Amino acid sequence: MPVLKTNSLSIGYTRKNKKLLVQSALSLTLRAGELVCLIGPNGTGKSTLLRTLAGLQKPLSGKILIDQQDITVFSTHKIALKIALVLTDRIDVENATVYDIVAFGRLPHNNWWGNRHKSDNGLIREAIQMVHLERKIDECFCELSDGERQRVMIAKALAQDTPIIMLDEPTAHLDLPNRVDIMLLLHRLAHKTGKSILLSTHELDLALQAADRIWLMSNEGVVNGVPEDLVFNGSFNKTFESRSYFFNADNGNFSMNYPMTGKVWVTGNKTRMYWTLRALARAGYMVVPEAETVINITENSWIVKDAEFHTIESLLNHIDTSL
Amino acid sequence: MKNRSTILFSTLTAMLLVLFVVDLVFGSIHISPSNIFDIIFNRNNGSIESEILLNFRLPKAFTAIIAGASLSIAGLMMQTLFRNPLADPYILGVSSGASLGVALITMASAMLPAMLVNSGWAMIISAIAGASVVLLLVVGVSFRVQNAVTLLIVGIMFGTIAGSVVSILQNFSNPDAIKLFVMWTFGSLSAVTWNYMQVLLPVSLAGLFMAFMLHKKMDGLLLGENYARGLGIKVIQTRFLIVVATGLLAGGITAFTGPIAFVGVAIPHIARGLFKTSSHRILLPASLLSGASLLLICDIISQIPTYTLPINTISSLFGAPVILWIILKKK
Repeated sequence: MPVLKTNSLSIGYTRKNKKLLVQSALSLTLRAGELVCLIGPNGTGKSTLLRTLAGLQKPLSGKILIDQQDITVFSTHKIALKIALVLTDRIDVENATVYDIVAFGRLPHNNWWGNRHKSDNGLIREAIQMVHLERKIDECFCELSDGERQRVMIAKALAQDTPIIMLDEPTAHLDLPNRVDIMLLLHRLAHKTGKSILLSTHELDLALQAADRIWLMSNEGVVNGVPEDLVFNGSFNKTFESRSYFFNADNGNFSMNYPMTGKVWVTGNKTRMYWTLRALARAGYMVVPEAETVINITENSWIVKDAEFHTIESLLNHIDTSL
Repeated sequence: MKNRSTILFSTLTAMLLVLFVVDLVFGSIHISPSNIFDIIFNRNNGSIESEILLNFRLPKAFTAIIAGASLSIAGLMMQTLFRNPLADPYILGVSSGASLGVALITMASAMLPAMLVNSGWAMIISAIAGASVVLLLVVGVSFRVQNAVTLLIVGIMFGTIAGSVVSILQNFSNPDAIKLFVMWTFGSLSAVTWNYMQVLLPVSLAGLFMAFMLHKKMDGLLLGENYARGLGIKVIQTRFLIVVATGLLAGGITAFTGPIAFVGVAIPHIARGLFKTSSHRILLPASLLSGASLLLICDIISQIPTYTLPINTISSLFGAPVILWIILKKK
């Protein structure tokens, strides 16, 4: 079921009465219970699109429909009841506990005097549970790690109780385990709560694994689809085309285009194969079946003709000198 | 937590009442608390004591309370708006505007009749005019800029310009005029008579009322302007209202008492430290009570020597170490 739809949306900026168009004719759809990742090279307008959809800036033209209502004419308050945000802005609130920060999410639901309803406490605690921070509920926000902080902000968005959550680069500044954690959490939340979650990210491989749908943004517009379809139809390759690297459809990663200087062939142990190939590629060796030099990988060593090597380093040194 | 707040609020209120009485007791002559009660409730008038109490100490103590409360609330609003712990009520240039107004009337008014210049209203009206001009400029700018930091710079620039003009005026003035101006910059709580109070009180109450109406929006601003928008807060409108409220509070007080340093920047920190919260529903009344108490203390200290010390000096001299202690203790 579509929750958010855009109709021929144009995004960009107005400076001194001149319109700076970033993207135009966007027709996009967000469905309930779906995690959508917005990816694309820098400068294609990811942030602008996200900010426009979130009502932080006005579109140049077109409509954004939530439940068939055009939100570009909504008040800030009405938008806050539909879309919750997680931004990259630094949070620096003195004395605030995890509970206090998550409680900010209830602000749009409170009256002007800021009285919380009885149900608010329950919703706040539930949101904290969903991001697994129950044990830190009374701890100072300032003492949390970056990953935990991000989870608190996600809990704030959950407490806001909106059909849509939008996140701007939620995995930036995080280490790998936390990046994976946050993505999995968002994926699970989308499916469990039925909310639509839209996030922008630079983590291509994570997005490919976790997203139900991808909005792939380039200067030619936005292509959207299930991640695997975008891999098969070459959209990824086209968007991220470059001389120095290519999108490796085999593993969903970027691989570098190294200048090739020699040819080798590799056989043997499967588990060590991947890393051996990586090292050879970096050193500039093309792996082809008819090559003269054959490297045989065993359980714990590499054998070239009669010589045996126990480290990649010594192996590379040997073929560098012999070839 | 609820309990702690209740206890703290009761303590602060009790402290304020005690300080209020103590402030009335001490001065050039000692008036005992029972005498004070007598004079106020039995209208035991005619004596020198009642004259001093009713027309001098009482308005001065009320002024201390109003000034302490107003400057603290204004400081809290500025710290929230700019998300900067060093922001104070004067950061928008309001006091610089006021001092420019006063400098013009005291030093550049050779052509005006001396009687007009020397009357209290002339200084007050010129201070209000100066503060209002700067405030209107800042308000005008607040609608045009995207983020609050620009506003901060604009305020500081207006302040610098006003300061330069004041220096130029001083350069060309006679020593008497300069002394009059310098005396004003020392700040004085006793300058506010009942007549002036009729103007000062409504202005300050209006500012305080606006501040309390804005408490929920200020909470939202703690997360930054983007998050605040995301939570449904009209940021530009809120910013405008905060600037106006601060102008009423800081501008009003400065016009009547001269600048009083330090209270506005320090008290919000004390309130946060005491109540361990960042919710404005608590911080606003907490700052109000602590600010009023602090300025009463400053006034009591300034009475200890036989010659009354300027309040601006006392508030800085005794207040700054308090802040240092709080900051270092926190580490």
